[in-house]
Amino acid sequence: MTNNPSQPNWEGYSCPMPLQHTSRIVLGHGSGGGMTHDLIQRFFLPAFENPILKAGNDGGVLDMLDGQRLSVSVDCHVVWPLFFPGGDIGRLAICGTVNDVSAMGADPKYLTAGFILEEGLTIDTLQKVIASMQIAAEEAGVSIIAGDTKVVEKGKADQMYISTTGVGVVRKGLLVGGACAQPGDQVILTGSIGDHGMAVICARGELGFTGDLVSDVAPLNWLVHTLIDAVGDAVHVMRDPTRGGLATSLNEIARQSGTGIVIEEHAIPVKPVVQAACELLGFDPLYVANEGKLVIIVRADKADQALEAIRACQYGKEAVRIGEVRDSPKGMVLLKTKYDSQRVVSMLAGEMLPRIC
Amino acid sequence: MKYLDEYRNPDLVKNALSQIRLSVIQPWVIMEICGGQTHSIIRSGLDQLLPPEIELVHGPGCPVCVTPLEAIDKAIEIASQKNVIFTTYGDMLRVPGSNFDLFSVRAAGGDVRVLFSPLDAVRMAKENPDKQVVFFAIGFETTAPANCMSVLQAKQLGLENFSVLVSHVRVPPAMNAILSSSENRVQAFLAAGHVCTVMGFWEYLPIAQQYRIPIVVTGFEPLDLCSGILQAVTMLEKGLYGVENRYERMVTREGNRHAQQVINQVMQSADRNWRGIGLFPESGWVLRPEFEKFDAEKRFQVQNIQTRESPLCISGKILQGLKKPDQCQAFGTLCTPQNPLGATMVSSEGACAAYYHYRKVGREEGTS
Repeated sequence: MTNNPSQPNWEGYSCPMPLQHTSRIVLGHGSGGGMTHDLIQRFFLPAFENPILKAGNDGGVLDMLDGQRLSVSVDCHVVWPLFFPGGDIGRLAICGTVNDVSAMGADPKYLTAGFILEEGLTIDTLQKVIASMQIAAEEAGVSIIAGDTKVVEKGKADQMYISTTGVGVVRKGLLVGGACAQPGDQVILTGSIGDHGMAVICARGELGFTGDLVSDVAPLNWLVHTLIDAVGDAVHVMRDPTRGGLATSLNEIARQSGTGIVIEEHAIPVKPVVQAACELLGFDPLYVANEGKLVIIVRADKADQALEAIRACQYGKEAVRIGEVRDSPKGMVLLKTKYDSQRVVSMLAGEMLPRIC
Repeated sequence: MKYLDEYRNPDLVKNALSQIRLSVIQPWVIMEICGGQTHSIIRSGLDQLLPPEIELVHGPGCPVCVTPLEAIDKAIEIASQKNVIFTTYGDMLRVPGSNFDLFSVRAAGGDVRVLFSPLDAVRMAKENPDKQVVFFAIGFETTAPANCMSVLQAKQLGLENFSVLVSHVRVPPAMNAILSSSENRVQAFLAAGHVCTVMGFWEYLPIAQQYRIPIVVTGFEPLDLCSGILQAVTMLEKGLYGVENRYERMVTREGNRHAQQVINQVMQSADRNWRGIGLFPESGWVLRPEFEKFDAEKRFQVQNIQTRESPLCISGKILQGLKKPDQCQAFGTLCTPQNPLGATMVSSEGACAAYYHYRKVGREEGTS
């Protein structure tokens, strides 16, 4: 720095070395975005490495002896607050896992549920959550066949956490997964984005504003079933864009498949109330969590048929085509703006909204 | 959505762009002051759509980027203390200090909370009388009224456990410094619409006169930006200078008088170090002596903190508009939003972050 205060030093600017956050977990490690991926790549994958895990999909797919394939997925739920417009931790715990199993092209049948309860939680709260799980499980047509309950001392957890694991049989002849996207494929989104994340953040009551924000949390297994009935193996990828939002899911798919994905800004549905809340808080809806939406990548010749089938389903009425898969730029997502310019859509970098699901 | 859709209307934007193309003859360098404008330009890809004669350079108007290292280190020092609730706007958590960032403090057990309004910190102090609540009062003129209001409220409530760590900066002295630099390339400014909403634009009249330069008060939506650029280009081509307001729906010449009064009541101007650039005379605000008891620096004895920087990044040149983010060797490789080397890569308003998120394809694919 210069000693003369009237002559600022434009040259000598320097900054500190990067902070890698290698010694402690920070909230960004749970964002579902880049930091979570780093954690998986650096610690979990090297320790547990096997081909199923390495595929990097929402669920693992196992080959059974009789030629059938089983999709297995696990999801932990730590959402705060426990209850929010449109859902609660119980409905989320069922739907989150049902959707992950479904996204592998399977029909989910059985779930297990693990409960971590904080000392002092009211039985009334627990009952409400269980009742909500029961309703969601009935809607999805899944049975909860095993469970576990642990209680920790007051202050060692925040009310309750639920972990669910689901299994389902993958439909015959189907090969879906992030790596299966091919140039020419069309990208379909089953409805508006950002509803869940903004509903939860607003339900925390810390923002000084309220709005008609309702979570989209819903089981999507019937939608997936209907879609596969209609177009079968033309479905190449399905993913539910939860934490990290649509942008992060598309980036994962682009990386896994070595393709480029180009989406069109004007085609992506965002409810005005969600857009308004995002504007106020400086969020981009592309990065806000969803719990009742799927991004589906389908062979071009079957795209119209797929859309028609999805739109016939309860949770797919607003499905739209938002873009396509291309050869390049490999591993990247581009967005064509309303003004005909083009920009990169990157993966969520750090923490955005902790404990959203 | 009212006041948004109109200003993002593709047809209107395209129309404005063709007017700019018709107006421009010579090459011009225009600086948008505010990081919010940079973000919007890169996000909408306006820079790709402008005629090649117009070069937009990105100014120092990102509060996160220019908050000096010593302020970050002081924040970390205070936030690490027991019995402290340290409150801040969200972006400040990731800005690296000499050794740590506020995320690290939180992970190590510090009570660091993100707020959307400083008045929430006052409420927190009221509800936690056994804790010290500190608010990290950073920003330009835009955040100053609310930050000052928190001090006034705390005083009114007689709170003994509330204080603010102030690192406030002002736009006009930075513009003066840029224009007086021997390396200056800037021929016109898009002044920051939100800053002018608070302060008005009377402060810019002498700057425009002294340097014979167009200064156009400009908003943040694509149509606002096109309108500001068109005004600047028209003036440049005609050899006119002065201040014009193209953010009429928000800004008046006098600004928000009440907000200015609140600022003047609580703070006074002082020399301020800008991260990456250096000291500008009278370019910041500090608490007035009568509000000294709310000054966290004094309460926590962190005035003499030692900082350490290493000479890797070129944020200073980027903030002054001498370099573009992708001209930095570290851009996108050593320096990413996950591992920011400099503050310009941290905030969503930082020019490097805007380039990284929306433009890195140009670098990786060799096309743009």
